[in-house]
Amino acid sequence: MKQVLPKADTERAIDSVFAAARGRMPGAGLVPQIRARAFEVYERTGLPHRGMEDWKYTDLRALIGEVLPLAPRPNAEALVRAKVSAEQVSADQAVKLVLVDGVFAPELSDLGRLENEVVVRSLREVLENSATEAIAGLVLSTTNDSAISLNAAMATDGLVITVADGNAVKRPIQIVHVATGLSVSTFTRSYLQLGKGAHAAIVESFVPAEGASGYQANDAIIALVGDEASLSHIRVAADASDAVNISSAIIAVGARAKLDLFSMTCSGSISRYQGFITLAGEGTKLSANGVNLIRDKLRADTTIVVDHAGPHCTSREKFRAVVDDCGRSVFQGRIVVRPAARKTDATLTTRALLLSDQAEADNKPELKILADDVTCGHGATSGALDDTLVFYLRARGLSEKDAQMLLIKAFFGESIEEITSEKLRDFVTAQAEHWLQAGR
Amino acid sequence: MALLEIRDLRVGVEDREVIRGLDLNVNAGEVHAIMGPNGSGKSTLSHVIAGKPGYEITGGQILFRGENLLRMEPNERAAKGVFLAFQYPIEIPGVTTMNFLRAALNAQRKARDQQEFSTPEFLKRVRDVADSLNIPQDMLKRGVNVGFSGGEKKRNEILQMALFEPSLCILDEIDSGLDIDALRIVASGINALRSPKRAMIVITHYRRLLDHIEPEIVHVMSKGRVMKSGGKELALELEACGYAQFEDAA
Ligand SMILES: Nc1ncnc2c1ncn2[C@@H]1O[C@H](COP(=O)(O)OP(=O)(O)OP(=O)(O)O)[C@@H](O)[C@H]1O
Ligand SMILES: [Mg+2]
Repeated sequence: MKQVLPKADTERAIDSVFAAARGRMPGAGLVPQIRARAFEVYERTGLPHRGMEDWKYTDLRALIGEVLPLAPRPNAEALVRAKVSAEQVSADQAVKLVLVDGVFAPELSDLGRLENEVVVRSLREVLENSATEAIAGLVLSTTNDSAISLNAAMATDGLVITVADGNAVKRPIQIVHVATGLSVSTFTRSYLQLGKGAHAAIVESFVPAEGASGYQANDAIIALVGDEASLSHIRVAADASDAVNISSAIIAVGARAKLDLFSMTCSGSISRYQGFITLAGEGTKLSANGVNLIRDKLRADTTIVVDHAGPHCTSREKFRAVVDDCGRSVFQGRIVVRPAARKTDATLTTRALLLSDQAEADNKPELKILADDVTCGHGATSGALDDTLVFYLRARGLSEKDAQMLLIKAFFGESIEEITSEKLRDFVTAQAEHWLQAGR
Repeated sequence: MALLEIRDLRVGVEDREVIRGLDLNVNAGEVHAIMGPNGSGKSTLSHVIAGKPGYEITGGQILFRGENLLRMEPNERAAKGVFLAFQYPIEIPGVTTMNFLRAALNAQRKARDQQEFSTPEFLKRVRDVADSLNIPQDMLKRGVNVGFSGGEKKRNEILQMALFEPSLCILDEIDSGLDIDALRIVASGINALRSPKRAMIVITHYRRLLDHIEPEIVHVMSKGRVMKSGGKELALELEACGYAQFEDAA
């Protein structure tokens, strides 16, 4: 991490993107200073590269080539295209909040259907009008990951969602990120606060509008989950096949809470989803799962760090990747058990199904156990479809293709079935099956 | 015309000839038993009939209703009525038995230009067959064979056979791993499917199964060939004297 590398041209380019975009960054009072600091932090290391342990399989410095100029505010024509795409990915009964090219689009959103138990504002509004330094600091918080620092410096908009103590939001809230542009970048950031005992389900979808291509999306969500609260966060990224998507989730969870996380990446030239989850209180249950579905020359990296800081917490992670053609999947799963996290029970399995000889999967489970009296385990496998299973199904009448499809569905289903809400499970399954059909 | 006609079949596995000039004729309505020592090629024969990849057919032919079976995909064979109950049924995690049965049955019916069953019709058929085999309903909701006991897996094979109504049933050691009660249930499930239009090949090591399912013809297989064929008294003779006499002949 301390390695000093000469700045690449791409990073000089990003300096100028930041300078050029500054005028468009929302934020009154101390916000510009917070952003400038975040940019400085970013500049110290620059774009994540393979010299950084967590990014060794996804060298953005080498892969991205150039940092693209910030997307312009969407015009009326872009909004029309965005509306079509947003509607195509609507989750059943969800309340849609649409971000187009990094800008909240209330006219495409279902603000009127929001329940009274939840307050939603745009990031722009919060940073411009009413942010105290404390709130701005929280909303724009960073880690030592430079992609996240860059996001804090550049975020143009996003959603700030708060659910007060004891409130239960019944309908899922779906944040739809639509890209309409060509060769532009977007930076979005959302903030979610669930009070003590509150319940909510957040769905995030990433889609291109017709004609969008070659864009780079950098998104972050910061979430604070209170004691005894329960949060589901489901993310499905189906970007343009020449687009870049870097998404980060930083989630801190209180005591006796419940967190269900799921992330699926099924398109995008270079995708990275990174989740940093801290179980700060005692007795919390985390279920973190995900699927990478990859073909052609696409690559998807899912990296999850679960930090057990409080005692008596349980974490379960089940990750599956299906890789065809020359695709490449990366899964990194680190479990850290702090000295105070007695009686931690943490397991992680990651499996990759390789459908072609050129397909590649890197599985890197990692345990860092600093406490006694814990139960931790991990397993990682990768391999081709089992011929004996395919034959069994063919001997029962299924064509070879149908037999393979059934087995692939069963394979990614192992992770998707962990989503507790049946509706959201069906929503994710439909998109995974759509991916499967598209390639056959 | 025989339902199944095998002529001078030769099969190699990894450069070894495992079936070495095998002849077999099975007519509709008949039940044939095949007995033979471990490694004599019984399962290999059943796999080759079902179309399992990985075997090299080096000679001979297999005709099913006069058609060249060896040129068909395994699923075509299934749709035409060939069914193999596997010696070792495999587990398919993530595919529930119910979904599997529906996908398989509908694929076969589609290949035969028959209409797919409606959901209630399908469910009723499965329920009736499962009840007759003492298979509890909740087993059907689990992954195919996942966590099933050895005996339950075998019963699941017979469930499929009853549902698909094939015209040639090959049962590879369906009796292994079954307790006495399960054997009776499975055997009566098989007997219920005996019909003048259907033939069965029952592969077993034990006469006891043949007490339940009486075969018309018993074949003794050794070293990849049928060494002797006879009536069911041949099974008794084998039990008394073992296979040594046939191995010498080979
Ligand atoms: N995939 C394979 N690779 C190598 N050898 C094989 C393979 N399949 C079968 N054989 C060999 O072929 C021979 C016949 O095997 P097969 O399973 O057909 O015997 P079997 O008569 O069914 O025996 P059992 O009574 O033990 O079930 C054996 O010597 C076996 O080792
Ligand atoms: Mg055998």
